[in-house]
Amino acid sequence: MDVQLLTYLFVGGSFALYIGIAIWSRASSTKDFYVAGGGVSPIANGAATAADWMSAASFISMAGIIAFAGYDASVYLMGWTGGYVLLAMLLAPYLRKFGKFTVPDFIGDRYYSNVARTVAVICVIFISFTYVAGQMRGVGIVFARFLEVDVNMGVVIGMAIVFFYAVLGGMKGITYTQVAQYCVLIFAFLVPAVFLSILMTGHVLPQTGFGATVLDAAGNDTGVYLLERLDGIVQDLGFGAYTEGQKSTIDVFFIAAALMCGTAGLPHVIVRFFTVPTVRDARISAGWALLFIALLYTTAPAVGAFARTNLIETVHQAEYEELPGWFYNWENSGLIGWVDKNDDGLVQMSAGAAFKGTPAFAGDRADVSGPHGERVVTNEVTDNDAEVYIDRDIIVLANPEIGNLPAWVIALVAAGGVAAALSTAAGLLLVISSAVSHDLLKKTLKPDISEKQELLAARLAAVVAILIAGYFGINPPGFVAQVVAFAFGLAAASFFPVILMGIFYKRMNKEGAIAGMAVGLAFTFSYIVYFKFVSPELNSAENWLFGVSPEGIGTVGMVLNFIVAFAVSRVTAPPPEHIQHIVEDIRVPRGAGGASAH
Amino acid sequence: MREENARAYWAANLKLIFTYLIIWFVVSYGCGILFVDALNNIQFFGFKLGFWFAQQGSIYVFLVLIWMYAFTMNKLDRKFDVHEE
Repeated sequence: MDVQLLTYLFVGGSFALYIGIAIWSRASSTKDFYVAGGGVSPIANGAATAADWMSAASFISMAGIIAFAGYDASVYLMGWTGGYVLLAMLLAPYLRKFGKFTVPDFIGDRYYSNVARTVAVICVIFISFTYVAGQMRGVGIVFARFLEVDVNMGVVIGMAIVFFYAVLGGMKGITYTQVAQYCVLIFAFLVPAVFLSILMTGHVLPQTGFGATVLDAAGNDTGVYLLERLDGIVQDLGFGAYTEGQKSTIDVFFIAAALMCGTAGLPHVIVRFFTVPTVRDARISAGWALLFIALLYTTAPAVGAFARTNLIETVHQAEYEELPGWFYNWENSGLIGWVDKNDDGLVQMSAGAAFKGTPAFAGDRADVSGPHGERVVTNEVTDNDAEVYIDRDIIVLANPEIGNLPAWVIALVAAGGVAAALSTAAGLLLVISSAVSHDLLKKTLKPDISEKQELLAARLAAVVAILIAGYFGINPPGFVAQVVAFAFGLAAASFFPVILMGIFYKRMNKEGAIAGMAVGLAFTFSYIVYFKFVSPELNSAENWLFGVSPEGIGTVGMVLNFIVAFAVSRVTAPPPEHIQHIVEDIRVPRGAGGASAH
Repeated sequence: MREENARAYWAANLKLIFTYLIIWFVVSYGCGILFVDALNNIQFFGFKLGFWFAQQGSIYVFLVLIWMYAFTMNKLDRKFDVHEE
């Protein structure tokens, strides 16, 4: 069977599965809709959290980023896993004991203030929308590459699927589809990685193959370690060593901290821990979640190293006309571009960009082609030796082809990419809809609506959220990639400190919390906006505050939040007696009933 | 008495968190970032040790920490009689 047909079968089959689960797990109460009835097993919740957490970016882009950045990409690996340690010890068990539906619920109740609640709602909506726009685009792109439908059509199909299970099933539907999506995506990620590892090093586990010696084409051990060889090849081409960093230590430190605290403060992750039955389950569930995430996160750096080695050895100094088929296919889709600067018909790789920007072509290969049959790139050429542009996303998408793997593996990767994007999008949309129907409508504007009306409002909010997300997917704002820094930075500077102090510092009052959030947010927001949008030309190390890039500034915002909140709380009245009792109560596990609306 | 028990339980919990977070900090920010160059002089199978901590080792340690915390806390819950029924 050909790849196209197999891909339709795999993706179609996975969709049928998701829809089946949605019909089976319809939500009948607000408790079902917001927290899946509070009865999800810790293992299922762990898998759902992993799928929720690992987006199209984790699945498609991360291994590629590592392949091209080497050690410098470690900050993403540590940052996006280390946050779970904070979550498991500092937040999840206590929030589960608190037993409400949403993050603004906790902030509003703990700080006895609707102002705090409203600030939290705004943050939730802003953080989640920035995130979800990228996911919808991701769905469209995966469709376009594998199923040869238009990107916009892909977005619409993705919207329809999410619509079905998010609106019908709420958190309950999402949780169980996410479990299925996790299985699809992890299988799709591991299969090519294992094949590649065996091919290059003879190790079944990519995690050990990554540190083993390389086999030659005939399968004999060369006695040279993969990473040593890779360091050698990239340095020969003029890049820095793969295993050593080029970024400043202070910046790496701050980015790692912002990613970790941001992860622990992201509402769509926190809310997953409201769905398990007990405090004990919340702790274990974080362990399962990280285990499931670590399967992908420890494999990705191995894939990155394999792919980079493979890529350079296949492409560098090869005759264009002799290259394997995947090179031409991805050139056709515009993700590879080649300019023969020295007219020798060989492809040269080297440090620096081959030309400015992403490739623009004079026309299709059939209409306009260069002397060797290549597509003609019209970009302004740079004056270095680099001749080829390779998009980082290719690493994962083309791995099965580069490693000559069977067609069903390629189809599997397509289904995995779609699963990763859909699961994250659904989790974010649910957080948005519950912030609107529960925190804004029920808790602030119209406290007297019935449960039935609230459930209807939640479904309507989910519909509107999907439509807006779809709009951003079809008309992506140019800054989608830029604003990812926003989501983590703002979560680190707002939610993480405020929730942490709410649990660990009984004396923290509403004045302190609101002031801390306001300062942390305002500082982080303005810093990022200044360097990303107002004066992007100044966005370089010598202009940064303490040498911290916008990606890492959330850490500074977080520290400011802590300091301001502490200072203000010391000079204002302590929180009322009953609030102090709430804090004492959430610190001990006994008595955690199901999540309740009160 | 009940209050004293709750206070002792909380103190034990804080001590545990503190210990684990020190380890968390040392493996990620210490071995993976601050002292990575020094550790890179040590060879660990086919890896430079600092690089291994940054891309593999820290994640394994995080995993062990979360599971150990969950198990130790379950024991503490019982010891102080605050566990869920």
